[in-house]
Amino acid sequence: MDRHRRALSAAGRAAAVVLPVAFLAVFFAWPLGAILARSLVVDGRPDVPLDVLTDSTTRDVAWFTLWQATVSTVLTLLAGLPLAWALARFRFPGRSVIEALVLVPFVLPTVVVATAFVALLPDDIERSVWAILLAHVFFNVAVVVRVVGAFWAGLDQRLWDAAATLGASPAERQLRLTAPLLAPALASAASIVFLFCFTSFGVILILGGPRYATLETEIYNQAARLFDLRTAAALGLLQLAAVAAAVLVSGRLERRLGGGRRRSGAARRPAGGERVAVAVVVVGSLGLLALPPLALVLRSLQVGTGYGLDHFTALAHETPALFVAPWHAILNSLLFSTAATAIALAVGIPAAVAVASGRRGLDVALMLPLGASAAMLGFGFLLAFDDPPLDLRSSPAIVPLAQALVALPFVVRSLVPALRAVDARMREAAAVLGATPAQVRREIELPLLARPLAVAAGLAFAVSLGEFGATVFLVRADWPTVPVAIFRFLGRPGEGNVGAAMALCVVLMALVAAVALVSERALVRGRPR
Amino acid sequence: MRLALEAIGVVIDGSSILDHVSVDVGAGERLALLGPSGSGKSTALRVAAGLQRPTAGRVLLDGADVTRVPPHRRGIGLVFQDAALFPHRDVAGNVGFGPRVAHLPQAERDARVAEALDLVGLAGTERRDVTTLSGGEAQRVALARALAPRPGVLLLDEPLGALDGPLRQRLQDDLRELFERLALTVVHVTHDVGEAFALGDRVAVLRDGRVAQVATPEELWARPADDWVARFLGMANVFADGDRARVIRPEAVRVVGGEGAVVVAADRDAAVVRLRVREDGGRELEAVVVGVDVPRVGERVAIDVDPGGVVDVRVWRPEMQRRG
Repeated sequence: MDRHRRALSAAGRAAAVVLPVAFLAVFFAWPLGAILARSLVVDGRPDVPLDVLTDSTTRDVAWFTLWQATVSTVLTLLAGLPLAWALARFRFPGRSVIEALVLVPFVLPTVVVATAFVALLPDDIERSVWAILLAHVFFNVAVVVRVVGAFWAGLDQRLWDAAATLGASPAERQLRLTAPLLAPALASAASIVFLFCFTSFGVILILGGPRYATLETEIYNQAARLFDLRTAAALGLLQLAAVAAAVLVSGRLERRLGGGRRRSGAARRPAGGERVAVAVVVVGSLGLLALPPLALVLRSLQVGTGYGLDHFTALAHETPALFVAPWHAILNSLLFSTAATAIALAVGIPAAVAVASGRRGLDVALMLPLGASAAMLGFGFLLAFDDPPLDLRSSPAIVPLAQALVALPFVVRSLVPALRAVDARMREAAAVLGATPAQVRREIELPLLARPLAVAAGLAFAVSLGEFGATVFLVRADWPTVPVAIFRFLGRPGEGNVGAAMALCVVLMALVAAVALVSERALVRGRPR
Repeated sequence: MRLALEAIGVVIDGSSILDHVSVDVGAGERLALLGPSGSGKSTALRVAAGLQRPTAGRVLLDGADVTRVPPHRRGIGLVFQDAALFPHRDVAGNVGFGPRVAHLPQAERDARVAEALDLVGLAGTERRDVTTLSGGEAQRVALARALAPRPGVLLLDEPLGALDGPLRQRLQDDLRELFERLALTVVHVTHDVGEAFALGDRVAVLRDGRVAQVATPEELWARPADDWVARFLGMANVFADGDRARVIRPEAVRVVGGEGAVVVAADRDAAVVRLRVREDGGRELEAVVVGVDVPRVGERVAIDVDPGGVVDVRVWRPEMQRRG
C-alpha cells in the first residue's frame, strides 16, 4: 500500500513536469521554431535572408529600437530612484498605499498607457519620440521603485552607521557604500526595463505613428499589413537574437543580486530637512504618475466643448471602425481572459509545484515567454497554427492560448515563493499531531496557498485583459478585445473615434484596477507579519 | 508509554548519520539526548517521531514495532526548536489542531485547548495571533499544541534553543515541573549539558551518530565512559596517557593556603568560582570553590586532590568507532 502510494505520488510529480513542458513545447517552442524556419528555409533549402538583414530600413529600425530602449531605461532609472529612496529608507503615513499606487502604471495595459499619453500631450507632440519615451518611463518606473527599493530597504542600516563611526562623511558614505551596494539592483532593474522597452509594442504602435518603428512594430507591419512573411520572419530572427542576449545579461545580473534582500531594513521616520525631501519626492512622483490617467478620464468625458457621457453611451452602437458594437469587445475581453486565466492556472500550478520542488531548468523555461515578446508569440502562432496538424487560425481558442502563455510567467512567479514558504516543518508538525496526508493538504497547504492562488489568478486575468501584442495578430475582426478595439478606433480620424477609444480605455482601466485591487489586497493580507 | 530505538541506522546521501543507536525510555521516564551539533541527536528524534525512515533497526512503542507506521498514526508529540506554529491559525487553532484532525467533538476540543494552554501558563490566549507571540510564548504554544492530543510520548528538539537568559531558565523550570506533573515519557534533545542534567532522569550522550554513554546525570558525572565524554561534560582535568586517561573532577581538587601552586585564573559564575591553578611542576588543574572568600589570581596555594574524585577512563579515538 505504501509502495502503491509512493508510485502514485511519483506519477503525480512526473505529471507536474510533463504538462507544463508539453504546453511550452507546443505553444512556445513550436511557434518560435516556425519563425526560424520561415526566415531560414525557403522551399526546403536553407536561405539566410541577408538582403533583409542588411537593408537600410532594417538598420534604421534596429538602431531606433536600441536607441529608444537605452534612452527610456536611463530616464526611467532617473525618474524612479528618488521614489525608491523615499520608500526604502523612510516610514511615513500612507507609505503602503503609495507603494501600491506606484504599481498601478505597471499593471495598466500598454494600449491604455499609450492612449493616456495621446490624451495628455498637446497635439503636436502626442505622436513623437518624446511621447514614446515618456510613456515608457511612466510604464516602467514601478520596476525601478520595486526592484531597487526592495533591495535598498533590505540593506543593513548598520553598514552606514559603521562607515560613519569609521570617519566617512555623508557624501563619502553615499559614494563608497550606497552606490556600490545598490549597483547590482540598479543593473538588474535597468536590464528588466531595457528588455520591456526593447520589446515594447503597443506604445510604439500607437504613439510612434507611421514615422517611428521598432523591430516589433515592423514585424507587425510586414506580417499583418503588407503580408510579407519572409521579411517579418527575418526581422523576428534579429529580434529573437537581441532578446536572447538581453535575457542572458539580465539573468546574470539577477544572480549577482543573490541573497541580500533577506533582512528587513530599518526604515525610520524622516527628520528635519529629510521631511521636505521625502514630501517633495513622494507628492511629485505621485502627481506625475496620476497625470496621464487623469487626462484620459477627462478626455473620455469631453464632448465638443463641454462634458458628458456621450462617448460611453456610444459604445452600445455599431460603428464602422469595428465589425461589432464596441460593448461586444468588453464581453469578448472578459470571456477570453477568463479562459486564459483558467489555462494559465491549469499549466502554472503544476509548473510552480515542480519549480518549487527544485527543478531550476523548468523555472528558466517558464520565464522565456516573458522575454520573447508578445508580438513575436502572436506572429509565431500565426505561422505555426495556420495549417494542419494544428489549425487554430479560425478558432477563437487561439487568443486565450496566447494570452495564457503571456500570463504564465506571472502565475509561476507568484506561486513559487508561496509554495517554498510552506515550510517542510509545517507539514511535519501537522503529521506528528495526527493529520493524515489529505488533512495536511486541506488544513495546512491549501489555506496557506489560497491567497497566493487568488493573486496569481488576478494577475493572469489582468495581464490577459490588457494583452495586446499577441492578440492583435490573432484575433478575428469580428471578435475584437478591448485593447484591439481601442487600437482600431485610434487608427481612425474623428472626435467620435478618439472619444470611443478614450471611453474604452477608462472601462479597461477600471476592470484592471478592480482585479489588481482585489489581488493586491489578498497579497497584503496574506503577507506574514 | 515505553519507547525503544533498537540498533537504528540512518544513511542519508551515502553518509552515515546514525549507526547502531539503541536507547530504551521507560514509561514516564525522561531521557535527554545530549550531543554536539552534527552528532545525529535530532535525526534520532525524527526517527522516533516517524519523520525519518531508518535504514536499519526498529522503533518500538510499548513493545509494538512502529518502524513503518507514519507519523500521524504514532500518537507521539513533537516540539520543534523554533516552534513551527501554523501562521494562518490563531493560538487556539494551533493548539486545537491535533484534536481537530482526530475529529473530536467541538466541546472536547475547546476543553483540550483550554487545558493545554493552562498547563503551559498561557490560559486565555486562545484568540491571539501566533505571529504576535514572543519567542518564549511561541515555544509554550508549541508545547501546548503537542500536549493537546495527549500523546504517549513527548519529543522535544532543543525546545530552549531559541531562547536565552532568564526566559530560558524559567521555561526550563516550568518544563521540569510539567513533566513531573504529567508523568509523561519524554525524549529531549539538547546540546547543553546543564539542560540535559536538569531535565533528564537519564542522559544519552551521542557522538558521531553513536551512543557514547547512557546514564543518570550523577553516574555520568561520577564515571564518564571515556576522556571525550568527560571533556564534553565540561571537565578540564583530563590527562591522557596511552590508552588510559585520568579524570580529576573539579570538586575533588581542594585549594588551601600553602605552597606548590599558583592561581592563574578565577571566573565567578554566581556562587561558584572556577579556579585554574598551575602546579610548580607545570600541570594545570581546574577547581571549583564557593563563597566570597576565595583565592585571587597570582596567589600562592597548595593543592590537595581527593582520591575519591579521580577516575581512570579509556581514551576514545575516532578510528575505534570506524573499526567497530
